[in-house]
Amino acid sequence: MTSEMQALGLRCEVGGFAANLPRRQRVAGVWRWVLLAATVVGVVVLSVLLYNIVDSAFGYVAVKAKVDPQTLAVDGVPLEDLSKDQLVEVLRAHISEGLMRRLEQERPFAERSREEVYTLVLERVVQPQVVESWSLTDSLLRRRAIQAEVAERYPGATLEFRRWLTADFLRRPQSSRAEWAGVRTAILGSLWVIAITIIVAFPLGVGAAVYLEEYAADTWFNRLIQTNINNLAGVPSIIYGMLGLAIFVRALEPVTSGTLFGLADPTTANGRTVLSAGLTLALLVLPLLIINAREAIRAVPNSLREAALALGATKWQTVWHHVLPQALPGILTGTILAISRALGETAPLVVVGASTFIVVDPSGPFSKFTTLPIQIYQWTSRPQDVFRHIAAAAILVLLALLLSLNAAAILLRNRYQRRW
Amino acid sequence: MQVKLSLEPRLRDVSPESGLYVLEARRLRVYYGDFLALKDVDLQVRPRKITAIIGPSGCGKSTLLRAFNRMNELVPTARTEGEVLFCGQNIYEPWVDPVEVRRRIGMVFQKPNPFPKSIYENVAWGARIHGYQGNLDELVERSLRQAALWDEVKDKLHESALALSGGQQQRLCIARTIAVRPEVILMDEPASALDPIATLKIEDLMRELAQEYTIVIVTHNMQQAARVSDYTAFLMMGEDRAGFVVEYGPTGQIFTNPKDERTEAYITGRFG
Repeated sequence: MTSEMQALGLRCEVGGFAANLPRRQRVAGVWRWVLLAATVVGVVVLSVLLYNIVDSAFGYVAVKAKVDPQTLAVDGVPLEDLSKDQLVEVLRAHISEGLMRRLEQERPFAERSREEVYTLVLERVVQPQVVESWSLTDSLLRRRAIQAEVAERYPGATLEFRRWLTADFLRRPQSSRAEWAGVRTAILGSLWVIAITIIVAFPLGVGAAVYLEEYAADTWFNRLIQTNINNLAGVPSIIYGMLGLAIFVRALEPVTSGTLFGLADPTTANGRTVLSAGLTLALLVLPLLIINAREAIRAVPNSLREAALALGATKWQTVWHHVLPQALPGILTGTILAISRALGETAPLVVVGASTFIVVDPSGPFSKFTTLPIQIYQWTSRPQDVFRHIAAAAILVLLALLLSLNAAAILLRNRYQRRW
Repeated sequence: MQVKLSLEPRLRDVSPESGLYVLEARRLRVYYGDFLALKDVDLQVRPRKITAIIGPSGCGKSTLLRAFNRMNELVPTARTEGEVLFCGQNIYEPWVDPVEVRRRIGMVFQKPNPFPKSIYENVAWGARIHGYQGNLDELVERSLRQAALWDEVKDKLHESALALSGGQQQRLCIARTIAVRPEVILMDEPASALDPIATLKIEDLMRELAQEYTIVIVTHNMQQAARVSDYTAFLMMGEDRAGFVVEYGPTGQIFTNPKDERTEAYITGRFG
């Protein structure tokens, strides 16, 4: 304190500034660590999950063929180098006449390529079977032990490193044998169902949100509707499945099976179709979409509406030209959430009647279908070890599909988010 | 059924001295729910003149202004009684289309609120939704010139309107309003968010526009009212918090020789 200040009667205590500082810094530090810990726990849990999946999707397998391919060599030429005709002969020699005839009926051998016949030989004659499989961690860390174990326990078996997630896995339809199973039908089923879900839910959801935010008066009835929409977002998905079963599969069967339009799939001709599943999931994500779209519309500043209305624009012109474009990024964020939710749903689709085993690709809204989560669910409940590996591979496919659909929505959002 | 408001002759052709009022509030009362915000207001707005509405905060100046083009209706609880005559026609008749009222009685707001679009789009949009048949480029240029903004933006018409300064944005909002050829422009404290230089530009612009348009302006700034307006209405809040007109007359008279002592107290800065 300077003497001039004292002379003026001013109090000025320098020491007082730091009084609360150490305590405040301590509290701030504790909170910082708590928040960091929460983030770390989240990241760790997600990493463990991903590790678990990847761990099962790759690894060593011991493969034992029912018929040793070496015994199938013709005149010293190994099986994989045989010509198509020779392969057909091999096939004829090892399978029953009835099966041979059936294969010929499905598609004459003359029309089949060499590769197809070779695959048939592997599938029907050689029949390589995975007798034992190991996780990725084991394969990397215990390679020698595994080699010794295979040599001891499975004489004649070969040890190979297998990626369960292969291009063939994506291309092949379902099969009862894990080695030959693929996810093509499930991917197509998922895409069909999601397409219908979004086509139905997006316009309905945005329309309802626009009505509730821009047009509806604040009456007790509208408040009741709004409260109920919020509650519907929390209803368990299986309930929606039962609703879908009652309404879309049973009551609206002529529509959902396509018989009304004369488009019914001859193999099903009942309501357990892509359309029923899509409509059920649309109901499921509708509350989510409405809530998000309402938030987005509410976030558009009122001054923008006033500006348009003061120019003599109608309410609809205001909404269409100014409110919706401004709200679109937020609405699309909600759509991303809705897609993610619908893509991962299993329970309601089981109730609605997804096929558990299907080898025919879905070809339209009236086809029977299966989806990736259902496929995964099926495979994980199988007792054989091998199915666990293809389930893990299918989970990776599901994640990739989810990410690419979300990426598409995010790209779309960023396109519209171009701020002026 | 709503019928489009149609009035002949066009107001622009009416001379200021004709004694005809463009807008006239008669015993106008505005409620927000149960709260009476404006009590029995009588006010006449003369063609091609600037009418200023002044008064302390909360006395209902903006409410009165918004009653002139039915913008109050956007507030769900608002209710209007009495009449607002636009060239003799009550715009609160049930058959009058509020959309048409707002096209013919435009509004500029306190805070510049350009659309988040290009400068060109801001001006062209209003004309486009009203089915403008002429050359849009010409209309945009003419409107921007009238708003004294053309020289500043002519090279960046297709850039964002939000990149402009506050004063430029406000002039763009004025350009946007005159692009739909209204007959009256209502301005709600158009310069209160601007710096003194931008304010002066807006005031010059108002004088310029008054040759063609009827302007009603709400302002907090008494110097501004004295500088730009031809007529001034002084509003106050009564004991019941309802706004009412204390005094209305030519601006010169209100500021130099007010009849009501409350007006004198206010303009000399003794309250408000």
